[in-house]
Amino acid sequence: MKEVIILPERCMGCRSCEVACAVSHSKSRNLFSALGEETAPKKRIYVEYMPALGAAVPITCRHCDDAPCVSVCPAKALSMDEDTGTVNHNIERCVDCWKCSMVCTRFSSLYQLILVSGCWTSSMSSNREIINRWTEEDTSRRCDLCEGRELPACVEACPTHALVFMEIKRQQGTNAFSFS
Amino acid sequence: MKLTALEKSIDPASQSMLNKAENEGIETAWDRYEQQLPQCSFGQLGICCRNCNMGPCRIDPFGEGAEKGICGATADIIVARNLLRMIAAGAAAHSDHARDAVLTFKKMSEGEAGSYGIKDEAKLFSLASEYGISAEGKRREELAAELANVLLMEFGKQNGPLLCTKRAPESRLKLWSELGIEPRGIDREIVECMHRTHMGVDNNATHILLQGLRTGLSDGWGGSMIATDVQDILFGTPEPKKSTVNLGVLSHDKVNVIVHGHEPILSEMIVEAAEDPELLELAKKKGASGINVAGICCTGNETLMRHGTPIAGTFLQQELAVITGAVEAMVVDVQCVMPSLGGLAGCYHTKFISTSPKADFPGALRMEFHEEKAYDTAKEIVRTAVENFPNRNLEKVNIPAEKQDCMVGFSAEAILKALGGSPDPLINAIAGGAVKGIGAVVGCNNVKVQHNYGHVNLVKELIKNNVLVVTTGCNAIACAEAGLLVPEAAALAGDGLKGVCEALGIPPVLHMGSCVDISRILVLASAIANRLGVDISSLPAAGAAPEWMSEKAVSIGAYVVSSGVFTVLGTVPPVLGSQAVTALLTKGLDGVVGASFAVEPDPFKAANLMLEHIEGKRKALGLN
Repeated sequence: MKEVIILPERCMGCRSCEVACAVSHSKSRNLFSALGEETAPKKRIYVEYMPALGAAVPITCRHCDDAPCVSVCPAKALSMDEDTGTVNHNIERCVDCWKCSMVCTRFSSLYQLILVSGCWTSSMSSNREIINRWTEEDTSRRCDLCEGRELPACVEACPTHALVFMEIKRQQGTNAFSFS
Repeated sequence: MKLTALEKSIDPASQSMLNKAENEGIETAWDRYEQQLPQCSFGQLGICCRNCNMGPCRIDPFGEGAEKGICGATADIIVARNLLRMIAAGAAAHSDHARDAVLTFKKMSEGEAGSYGIKDEAKLFSLASEYGISAEGKRREELAAELANVLLMEFGKQNGPLLCTKRAPESRLKLWSELGIEPRGIDREIVECMHRTHMGVDNNATHILLQGLRTGLSDGWGGSMIATDVQDILFGTPEPKKSTVNLGVLSHDKVNVIVHGHEPILSEMIVEAAEDPELLELAKKKGASGINVAGICCTGNETLMRHGTPIAGTFLQQELAVITGAVEAMVVDVQCVMPSLGGLAGCYHTKFISTSPKADFPGALRMEFHEEKAYDTAKEIVRTAVENFPNRNLEKVNIPAEKQDCMVGFSAEAILKALGGSPDPLINAIAGGAVKGIGAVVGCNNVKVQHNYGHVNLVKELIKNNVLVVTTGCNAIACAEAGLLVPEAAALAGDGLKGVCEALGIPPVLHMGSCVDISRILVLASAIANRLGVDISSLPAAGAAPEWMSEKAVSIGAYVVSSGVFTVLGTVPPVLGSQAVTALLTKGLDGVVGASFAVEPDPFKAANLMLEHIEGKRKALGLN
């Protein structure tokens, strides 16, 4: 299975991924025509500034069916909403342990960055906002890896390759994974 | 995405050089374009602002994120400011070129630039009288010196209007004055653009754009027009003549010197030096049978119009010319010169020679050019090329066979002369319906459009529908390469236009010169409008820039539309991020200056827009 891998240390905060994502989910799939569409197209990726890191990172959630983050969350802060099929995050329960990020293909590199920088104050709250943003506005909006495209639009648009599209290998029976 | 040579250009000569580049592992503009894809959406929509260091700021085009910059600037303000800066840069390029032409003219008149002289005395006298300078009892050099001083004052003048604007119909002058967009001084308008777009100055999109129109006018009816006039006096007003175009004009057995850029001040001297007996002798000694000068871009158009010097190609053929492996020297001055040329020339034996005190390039051999010893420097440049001839690596040489005849040299004066001294025969042909109207098609190449596809197809469509086309710049070269600049091309025209062209022995597409020579089109349009007693906006005429890319083109667009000519752009300008600015440019301006822009990348649809516009104007004038 191929997945979008985020390499946050490469992100320059240009937001090209955001616009490309919105255009790719517009009716016309064309930047100039998308501007005039009745419903403004919505993006599924957010470049979030993380003050503690002093850097912006692209964050996106796929709301995976098997959601490994939900299964490893010791505080049950993450849960799967069976009706909408989306992952929810409850800040009241979250203990900022980052376990979820260790098993998530999209957040693991952010976790690595935080490990390296020793910046534990940059809490999971950044992730939480992104994850919940979907469900607040429109339950059906989630990253679909740009169905029908060879490369997801965000990956194609990223001028510094902070977003890459890679083959993911999960170890059977565990939540561990590797990509190449 | 990987484009094939066939997808990159419609021109067979260019296609074969693109294939040669691929085989040799040589990078061209198209490769770099592919590396830039997808291009930045904020840039394409014009909604990124870098005008102060609180930023950079950008607006979310889909309304989820930031709607304002840090200072509070909306998308409308940011787009308008960015557009104004593009206009300012374009007007600056044309007008600074004009300044250098006038300074050369002044030095010539004072005896300090012995390489130059007065080639068109009649134009000197008529221009002097237009500027209110009496010629009585003056030597022509004295008159020229006086004229030069008056022309220089047009740049630093504080209170307009610029004197050339008087050539426009009364109705236009009145309109500009009422709108407060009469250009005051050439430099003043450009400086004011930079002031207004500074943080916290002009923050009303409409107000900003009006300054854009005024600055455009200071280019079209100021800088560009002065450049054309002065160059005509110095080097001669073009008259119809024959020449050849495309990469096939490069020679197997002669020393090939390419002049590329925009000013004739240098290229005129190179053309002369290439005929110097001493250098021709040296060329023989080096094993060459002669010296062949060929042009690229508008410096090429200048020498083409006045001497029939062949043209090697358009803007996007500058790298392809070097890739032939047969160019001894690529000599450049200013504007539209790719900085890639230095590295590229290093892959062949080509000497890349930069000459302008204003423009240096990586990998270039500097041979700075000054008017005082112009001919000597030109001779040194040509000598360098000749001495480089033995270094040509025959294994790397591949000159495309394609070269095309063309008829050029249609200055406004030459067109009137061809018509028998007055615009009446043309007006009668238009009134009678044989010629439906006039299409002015100009502008650059742009990798976003298949090379020459927009130019050639749009022009073919227009002449097929009996629209006489006047052209300048890279559109003119593209049309020449496609064989549209020969009288025989009348066969491609509709019956009415065909008859007119055959009667006069002219092509259906008239080459009027370089990009500053779009001012010739303004003069011609004014002559026709004045003869009919109507405004330019009432004429059955339309403009187009099918493959435009430069900031100069934005300034041109601003002055052509504010002169009253509907204009179709073939590539999308970076304004769509603001609905208000887009609506103003494409609709609102109609109610202000009597003309507006349209954007249409498809040349066939673009031609239809122009034809519909021309039909509408014909109807309004009571013509059928």
